[in-house]
Amino acid sequence: MCRLFAITSKEPLSPMIAAEALDVMREGHDGSGVGLFMRDLGGPFEEMKDAPILSGIFTEKGIKRLDQFMMNIGFMTKYKLSVKIPKVRPAGVPKRDLYLVRAYEYPEEWEKLSVEEKQSRLLILRLELRTMGEEEEDMIVFSFWPDVIMIKEIGDPMTVARFLGLGRKDLCARIIMAQGRQNTNYAINLYACHPFFIEGFSTMTNGENTAFIPIKEYLESRGFHGYMGYQSDSEVFTHILHYTYEKLRLGIEWYKHVITPLQDENIESHPNAIFLKQLKHSCRRLIIDGPNCVIGSLPDHSLFMVQDRKKLRPGVVGGKPGMFAFSSEICGLDAVIPDRDKTKDFQPMHLDTVIVGPDRQEVRVCRQTEVLPPLH
Amino acid sequence: MSSDRSITPSSLSIKDLPWQILWNKEKCTLCGSCTSVCPVNAVELGVFRKRTVQVPLNIATGKQASGSDYSIYYGIRQRTDPAYACVGCAMCSLVCPNDAIMPYRGDEADKLRYHIDRGGQPRRRGGRRNVPGGILDQIKFIRISMLTDPALDAGRHEFELKTLLGRVLPPEENLKFLDDNGWIPPVREIYPLMIGSMSFGALSPTMWEGLQMGVSYLNEELGMPVRVCTGEGGCPPRLLRSRFLKYVILQIASGYFGWDEIIHAIPEMKEDPCAIEIKYGQGAKPGDGGLLMWHKVNKLIAAIRGVPPGISLPSPPTHQTKYSIEEAVAKMIQSMYMAWGFRVPVYPKISGTSTALAVLNNLTRNPYAAGLAIDGEDGGTGAAYNVSMNHMGHPIASNIRDSYLNLVTLGMQNEIPIFAGGGVGKSGNLAANAAALIMLGASGVQIGKYMMQAAGGCLGSESDRCNICNIGRCPKGITSQDPRLYRRLDPEQVAQRVVDVFLSFDTELKKIVAPLGRSTALPIGMSDALGISDYHAAERLKIKYVV
Ligand code: SF4
Ligand code: SF4
Repeated sequence: MCRLFAITSKEPLSPMIAAEALDVMREGHDGSGVGLFMRDLGGPFEEMKDAPILSGIFTEKGIKRLDQFMMNIGFMTKYKLSVKIPKVRPAGVPKRDLYLVRAYEYPEEWEKLSVEEKQSRLLILRLELRTMGEEEEDMIVFSFWPDVIMIKEIGDPMTVARFLGLGRKDLCARIIMAQGRQNTNYAINLYACHPFFIEGFSTMTNGENTAFIPIKEYLESRGFHGYMGYQSDSEVFTHILHYTYEKLRLGIEWYKHVITPLQDENIESHPNAIFLKQLKHSCRRLIIDGPNCVIGSLPDHSLFMVQDRKKLRPGVVGGKPGMFAFSSEICGLDAVIPDRDKTKDFQPMHLDTVIVGPDRQEVRVCRQTEVLPPLH
Repeated sequence: MSSDRSITPSSLSIKDLPWQILWNKEKCTLCGSCTSVCPVNAVELGVFRKRTVQVPLNIATGKQASGSDYSIYYGIRQRTDPAYACVGCAMCSLVCPNDAIMPYRGDEADKLRYHIDRGGQPRRRGGRRNVPGGILDQIKFIRISMLTDPALDAGRHEFELKTLLGRVLPPEENLKFLDDNGWIPPVREIYPLMIGSMSFGALSPTMWEGLQMGVSYLNEELGMPVRVCTGEGGCPPRLLRSRFLKYVILQIASGYFGWDEIIHAIPEMKEDPCAIEIKYGQGAKPGDGGLLMWHKVNKLIAAIRGVPPGISLPSPPTHQTKYSIEEAVAKMIQSMYMAWGFRVPVYPKISGTSTALAVLNNLTRNPYAAGLAIDGEDGGTGAAYNVSMNHMGHPIASNIRDSYLNLVTLGMQNEIPIFAGGGVGKSGNLAANAAALIMLGASGVQIGKYMMQAAGGCLGSESDRCNICNIGRCPKGITSQDPRLYRRLDPEQVAQRVVDVFLSFDTELKKIVAPLGRSTALPIGMSDALGISDYHAAERLKIKYVV
């Protein structure tokens, strides 16, 4: 099993907090890898919320190719966070030349583009870089998006965090998601590491998606270039979330109805029966299966957690106004927010989606049997 | 045959027949049950003369000459005339009070096959292809979810294993149409195992009624939305006007038998039928139409089909009013939709063929096509030419796989459900075969022969046993229209067997999908779960090669 931890806080926090939470849950993962997602950034990035930030790992050669590529299309470096790599590597962490977190200035001709157009071009660029990197094995690109940083590496979460010096002052965020990995395949490909990201949506999962192949085939056949990769069966959760928002124009309240719809009898007695029946029919190939706890971050800075249809994975949410955390285990919460009202801790069950909105004031529980908000 | 009689090319000995009757004089009570039950009159009363050689004990006195004692005894004689060759049904064994008689399969290929075309009429029969085994039986479910999870409990967990029959719109379009009050094609939520088309006429009234009753019970008492297709023979008027019609798929085929009655009943229908199946071909005899022989066309059948009684009813191989399948798809689907006010899904059924993809591609361009049923070479039938049954058609597995992957390429795998039929469960492995087809890409499976065997007690096997469904003498009363025969079958008991079959299938299906970690949805296209130890088959079906 993997372990998940996510936190949303009014004040920016260091990612070390997430590393600590994963560390107390280390019995649940084997220290084979860690993935970090940070959004609503603080520190120097506070001042450049619109600038797209490229996160990835590069070799010397890769970085040269990247610079050439970005220069050609007119992207200028605005700010970069240089990670000093200590000489002595901890066991299990591969040798890397450069961990890149770099904010760019849009090319001049992009200025007049609409936000949507800019965003869709950012996705195309990220995919292009990914392909270039795969060809020469000199770059790995995690995200290229405003106000988002991602770091992934093989190794024990705490060890990696210390090694990369993630406790530095200029790296902090109000939303942090972290996954401690339980290795299930020997050769670890960083593209298989959670969290996954596409156009502002990010999710990470603890579980196994047994319906992976048909879902992958379905997403790949949507004719959308972003639906690719799938080194991990969990990547489809992110893409289905994206599909729910961007293609179906539905919100988080509908996400669970797409991935784990109600049974037919329950739909019949649901106030939105007609809609839900059509949704279930036409999105049937997106129904997930197996034990899964999904935690995700939305572009509006909400954080959410969804359980599979049978609630076969652990997951708890708790906190206090201004700071809420989602964790695989309660000990993760205890480590980070010990002074919360523990009686209010909530473990979402098979019908629940829990959401902490951008105001970070409360945990909203959305049960699948409840009436849905009006559309549009 | 006596030794001085002339021998003709078609003179056969008992040894030359496929089945030999072994009869035990010691046990026989001469009750005559076997001769009267035999559906083909293969056995008859035999009068035998037996010689006992008498040798005098006291040769010395010489008073008594040696000689012979002739006695007569009665028993069973097997006929060797090809028209009366034993079909191995073993009804004689079933009725014999003393177990004195039993058919045995000859130890070599029979000679009968070379003589069974008297008058230039090639062999016709009912039944199956008579090839045991097949690729479906070799497929294993290998992706057992052992990695990270507690396995699912087939007995206690909740499962949703229904499938959809009907044209499903792409999600974006569906939600838009819903918003704009546009027309959304009718879609049925049904059980993935359906009873395929077997006509009223091919089946006896008791068998047909039993199937219908069983299906109704499954729906109304057990909440299992099982559907049954009528086949091309119309539908009894009372069923058309009953609430049970919603469990029925009405079939229209090239003979249009019974459709006069159906069309006239539309205004009086309380419920819409589940769907309309347009038959373009069937797996058992691709390119050949229905063939109900005159023996079976009694008054009832004639009335329901709207034809005179006592005549053979060959439906033409093609829909005579259409030039091409494109036209048929366009026109026939459209008019069937119109007949029920666009509330009933309409889909074609074709025989397995290497041209299935062309038909499928056609359907993808027709916004009304509600699915495609493909019937593989192992499908059964009530009557067909032997050559059609044995040699024509396409195996179902690769046909389904190709069709599914073709839809995946087009991104339409959720829009047009494919249904597989033909030999599903022919070795008794119904759930395993069905699950394999579903994971290869079928949305559901249709079964016919399996129901006849499991619910009716059909004697047919994959080694040319019985198979006389075409002549109306079915010894079990399954495919006969003779009341003396079909009264052997109690519809209530057939219904009970139907329920048994579906319940046990349901448990087995769960026992397959639960270890694969699947329970929230039917695992259509979950090809990563499948493996086979035949390398080329694995390559062809794009599943794992495992040894
Ligand atoms: S096995 Fe059937 S066909 Fe053969 S003799 Fe017995 S009853 Fe007749
Ligand atoms: S038992 Fe009846 S249905 Fe079965 S093969 Fe014989 S004739 Fe046909």
